[in-house]
Amino acid sequence: MITFEGAAKHYPDGTVAVADLDLTVETGRTTVFVGPSGSGKTTSLRMINRMVEPTRGIVRVDGVDIRDRDPALLRRGIGYVIQQAGLFPHRTVLDNIATVPLLLGVRKRTARARAAELMELVGLEPSMGRRWPHQLSGGQQQRVGVARALAADPPILLMDEPFSAVDPVVRTGLQDELLRLQRELRKTIVFVTHDIDEAVRLGDRIAVFRPGGELAQYDTPERLLTEPADAFVESFVGHDRGVRRLSFFPARSLSLREDVVCGDDLKVEDVLHIAEGHPWILVIDAARAPLGWIAARALRDSPTGIRLGEMETVPYGHTFSVETDSLRAALDAAVLSPAGRAVGVDEDGCVIGVVGQDDLGTALWSVTD
Amino acid sequence: MSTTLDWAEGVLGWAVANWSHPGEPDRGVLPRLLEHIRLAYSSIAIGLALAIPLGLACVRWRILYPPLLTGVNVLYAVPSIALFFLMLPYTGFSDWTAIVPLALYTLVILLPNVVDGLRQVPDHVRQAAVAMGFGPLRRLISVETPVALPIIIAGLRVASVATISMVSVASLVGLGGLGRLILSDGFRRQFDAPIIVGIVLVVALALVTDALLVLAQRLLTPWARRDRRPRTGRALRRAAAAAPTGAETIGSTAGAPPGKG
Ligand SMILES: Nc1ncnc2c1ncn2[C@@H]1O[C@H](COP(=O)(O)OP(=O)(O)OP(=O)(O)O)[C@@H](O)[C@H]1O
Ligand SMILES: [Mg+2]
Repeated sequence: MITFEGAAKHYPDGTVAVADLDLTVETGRTTVFVGPSGSGKTTSLRMINRMVEPTRGIVRVDGVDIRDRDPALLRRGIGYVIQQAGLFPHRTVLDNIATVPLLLGVRKRTARARAAELMELVGLEPSMGRRWPHQLSGGQQQRVGVARALAADPPILLMDEPFSAVDPVVRTGLQDELLRLQRELRKTIVFVTHDIDEAVRLGDRIAVFRPGGELAQYDTPERLLTEPADAFVESFVGHDRGVRRLSFFPARSLSLREDVVCGDDLKVEDVLHIAEGHPWILVIDAARAPLGWIAARALRDSPTGIRLGEMETVPYGHTFSVETDSLRAALDAAVLSPAGRAVGVDEDGCVIGVVGQDDLGTALWSVTD
Repeated sequence: MSTTLDWAEGVLGWAVANWSHPGEPDRGVLPRLLEHIRLAYSSIAIGLALAIPLGLACVRWRILYPPLLTGVNVLYAVPSIALFFLMLPYTGFSDWTAIVPLALYTLVILLPNVVDGLRQVPDHVRQAAVAMGFGPLRRLISVETPVALPIIIAGLRVASVATISMVSVASLVGLGGLGRLILSDGFRRQFDAPIIVGIVLVVALALVTDALLVLAQRLLTPWARRDRRPRTGRALRRAAAAAPTGAETIGSTAGAPPGKG
């Protein structure tokens, strides 16, 4: 547990980087510091490993005032990942990862073996261990940065905008990876970002900072989106927070229809009665993989005897996973589908059913209560 | 054509005939060459040994650098001959008369490289080292100095060529290695073979020394070579931010070889 007790940082030039901060970071959870540029996130983060000394107040780790700890020794027990990865250009990837164990006096061979394990953990090819950092892509460098921070198995991990220098696709991949790692490792993570989506995605708890280094709200992601404490937090989380909040509700709760899902070996006349009441039917193959939509009108206009698999279909867009996705993903799939309906699939990509706009609407209404 | 050949043959003949004289260890071309190497290499070594701690001090205490740099630059402006003569009353005709000024010149060239090299260590690399629990001294030794090494070696290449060429001037005070071939045997006796032999050997020594330093650079900083993977512009820029110590940076940081007489 990390506690800030009235911690403040005032610079001699009068800048208040952090105003009295009272905050408790729970053990084994991910706490995200989010806020606009200059709101004191990095300063607060660095108070934890004494890279910044508060001008007032106390920071404790597991109840111990960290001023009683030697800074270098304290830091070896706290992993740190920074934005540009900060890898040592003169050390190979493997030796970069082995840095802290080596500092702690672990034998070189043991440290390297540990580094190789970590490369696997963060999803890097073992052959990359012999490369120099500049021979890696930005995303790979970040993975090395994470591996290096984890090498000595510290209970605390500080991450300062670790994924902000990579493109959105790589960033999402790295976020997934971090979520997976955290499920496995259960570290106390403090993560700094100014991207509210990233905060909502990764955080168990989110601290929103406002300019002047004040804590505006400290809450779970869900409560942050439902009940912003004030106008600043409300505008910071964005006006689409209603839609974003849907990501906290599982798509499992939706009622899916199966009657409009038809096999590709059925003939037009077999399904005409379905098309009476529904403007679209979904065609699937024998393995229940979706093929596409057919409009009811097109069915009525086509001659009898033709199998659905031979007809032209409208692309089904993207699907949502009934078990693992949220209402937000289902809504997104429906909005992007030409038929205005979302296709729900299981883990193997087999169609379970489709959800129409009216059913989706009902689900959304029930959420807002 | 044949006259050129005859002339070259004459020069070569002179070099072979005068290479060394058994029983007279101080006469001939070889003793001059060895003297040249001794004077040049000790000056470079002493200059380097001074430049590194002074450079570290200048990075640690920023206000030291401007006065120190001005001071050594002023020294550099003093013609080398004058410095050699000024040394005479203190050091007599010992090697030190040549080595002290030459070591100072090496220092002048190296100091900015050491300081620039240490200063260009990317801030995020330094921050990462602090965050991982490196103390200041350990950080300096195992992170900052190695990262600065390509630029320091680049400076050393410039300084060593300049020093090797300047040793010759010390022949005016009776030292000067190969310079003595050029001055005493050549100019005074209006005889060109020793001059040519002296020049060729000085240039060859400079080239060999430079090659040795390039070799040392390859061995000591294998990471500064970026020739293994074709890179896109974006990746290259990112790599430059992570390790801005490749050949491009060396070219821009090391000054042009000073034309020092
Ligand atoms: N050495 C310093 N002297 C004076 N002011 C400083 C110093 N270091 C930081 N500050 C100020 O403290 C404030 C908080 O900085 P901090 O780096 O914590 O912000 P941040 O929330 O991390 O911002 P960003 O999102 O841009 O990284 C800023 O206004 C900054 O200018
Ligand atoms: Mg910051």
